Amino acid sequence: MNLHEYQGKQLFAEYGLPVSQGIAAETVADAVAAADVIGGDKWVVKAQVHAGGRGKAGGVKLVSSKAEIEAFSEKWLGNNLVTYQTDAKGQPVSRILVETCTEIDQELYLGAVVDRGSRRIIFMASTEGGVEIEKVAEETPEKILKAIIDPVTGAQPYQGRDLAFKLGLKGVQIKQFVKIFLGLAKLFKEKDLELLEVNPLVITDEGNLHCLDAKVIIDGNAMYRQPAIKAMHDPSQEDAREAHAASFELNYVALDGNIGCMVNGAGLAMGTMDIVHLHGGSPANFLDVGGGATKERVAHAFKLILSDENVKAVLVNIFGGIVRCDMIAHGIVDAVKEVGVKVPVVVRLEGTNSELGKKVLDESGLDIIAAESLTDAAVQAVKAAGN
Amino acid sequence: MAVLIDRNTKVLCQGLTGGQGTFHTTQAIEYGTKMVGGVTPGKGGTTHLELPVFNTMAEAVEVTGADASVIYVPAAFCKDSILEAANSGVKLIVAITEGIPTLDMLEAKIRCDELGVRLVGPNCPGVITPGECKIGIMPGQIHLPGKVGIVSRSGTLTYEAVKQTTDAGFGQSTCVGIGGDPIPGTNFIDVLELFQNDPKTEAIVMIGEIGGTAEEEAAAFIKANVTKPVVSYIAGVTAPKGKRMGHAGAIISGGTGTADEKFEALEDAGVKTVRSLAEIGSAMAEITGW
Repeated sequence: MNLHEYQGKQLFAEYGLPVSQGIAAETVADAVAAADVIGGDKWVVKAQVHAGGRGKAGGVKLVSSKAEIEAFSEKWLGNNLVTYQTDAKGQPVSRILVETCTEIDQELYLGAVVDRGSRRIIFMASTEGGVEIEKVAEETPEKILKAIIDPVTGAQPYQGRDLAFKLGLKGVQIKQFVKIFLGLAKLFKEKDLELLEVNPLVITDEGNLHCLDAKVIIDGNAMYRQPAIKAMHDPSQEDAREAHAASFELNYVALDGNIGCMVNGAGLAMGTMDIVHLHGGSPANFLDVGGGATKERVAHAFKLILSDENVKAVLVNIFGGIVRCDMIAHGIVDAVKEVGVKVPVVVRLEGTNSELGKKVLDESGLDIIAAESLTDAAVQAVKAAGN
Repeated sequence: MAVLIDRNTKVLCQGLTGGQGTFHTTQAIEYGTKMVGGVTPGKGGTTHLELPVFNTMAEAVEVTGADASVIYVPAAFCKDSILEAANSGVKLIVAITEGIPTLDMLEAKIRCDELGVRLVGPNCPGVITPGECKIGIMPGQIHLPGKVGIVSRSGTLTYEAVKQTTDAGFGQSTCVGIGGDPIPGTNFIDVLELFQNDPKTEAIVMIGEIGGTAEEEAAAFIKANVTKPVVSYIAGVTAPKGKRMGHAGAIISGGTGTADEKFEALEDAGVKTVRSLAEIGSAMAEITGW
């Protein structure tokens, strides 16, 4: 689960890390009023969306009057911000973060992830902050410093000092860096983080370290034990259909093609999308009904697929293991009877009770194209969608 | 003995009395798996499915002499169950449970390694040596005892490979579902090594997914160590960048982990790759001459 910058900074502040004083405002009036609460004569206003690249897209601005705050807030609140990380529609802005202005001397990078290869939490630091760190890693990998966290002892001060000296920090900055490093490591573990980035971590004109941005992703599997984090969830940043699907325990990702896919298993769902592409088609979605699918969940899934008006054909690909094909067939029949279906439906059933499932579909009187094989199913669906 | 499990493997079930445990243990017994008991804290001394139920793993292993344990407990309790099993004396743990927090797995995996216990999963279909022993949730009837070793990150994709190698008459030596999570207990390389050293396995099917670099690392291992023919398919060529496709592992980020990069690495290692998952069986026939 992604957090907004202002939420990430709240967490940073809880862990005693240096962040700017800021207020996340939901209305233009609150944004303007925030300037008075914060004080000073210069502020930074930042549109809060779950995407990077906000600066280049005009979603971050240095302002020196309340009129500018008002204009910025009016421009973005209630509208969508499009960045290179979003789709063409962009992400809705429902909050503006108004912050004190920080004079920057140098921009650094500090981040942490769970590394699959080494099976450890790894911290990464670089003198090349404020830019796309992926590019730095690709073009000048020697500029990425690393610290591997021992899962038994946790992060140690010497690791922070090692990074600090290699970053060229001096004097009081060493202590400040160690404190930030240890605080972030503690945060990572206690809040079940998946990814953490401070980009940039800046050295101010007064020579102090300061966390100027916060990107925090929480492990979705750990939500059950992070109630405070769960309360920070902002569904407006997610595709409405995907959020709706999640409420029925369906794994759904909207795509821009015209063949609706309903599959059991994430791997097979991806494999089905691949084979549709291979035969000249384009999937409208990824949808995994899951191993514990019920008739009701299948019906919801089918309705969800049909709610996408781009869908010109539906491809159902089920390899029954634990999931029984006859149960899937009943779910499809129920959904079609309830909402009606105006597009061709191609069904491939394999595995547990597949014959029974085919019989249910045959006897339903619905106009369903039965596919003989996986390849046949893809070919038929592509043909039916008119590609 | 094929790999990991055979007809003599004695299996315990953690979470036996729950819905999942009951259903899949019934299936396993029907398949011929030597189920010897189960563990549900507080229900020790009772029987379930005609199997003895114990309060702790230590007691269960002491009484039954079990070699392996399969875990069906909810995600929130899974780390505890894995650690209990790892300290009980079993040498193989198969964790079927999905949704375990990554940091829990980080700790559980380290402890299993230290204790020399093989952990398969979590979030996986399990392990089957056809005709002998089934530990997990895969449908037994699609398998055929034979000569192809199958290793996969995805359950239903494994079933596709199984069906195709069954239909072609090749059969399977052992099928190992390693699961789609970021920190799997057992990875491709572990299983490839087992298959390479197993006389019953004559060829290998490896099914990967986008995300991470496990397939690239497996390709390097194959190039250096595997002499048996390998067919491979990677799911997710057409997945959009940065989107999570159900498995936590299937996220492409930062330029590594795309299906194209994985296909390239595997082809460079001499692996026969297929772009359509419907062609796994025919590709196997092609490279082995069977």
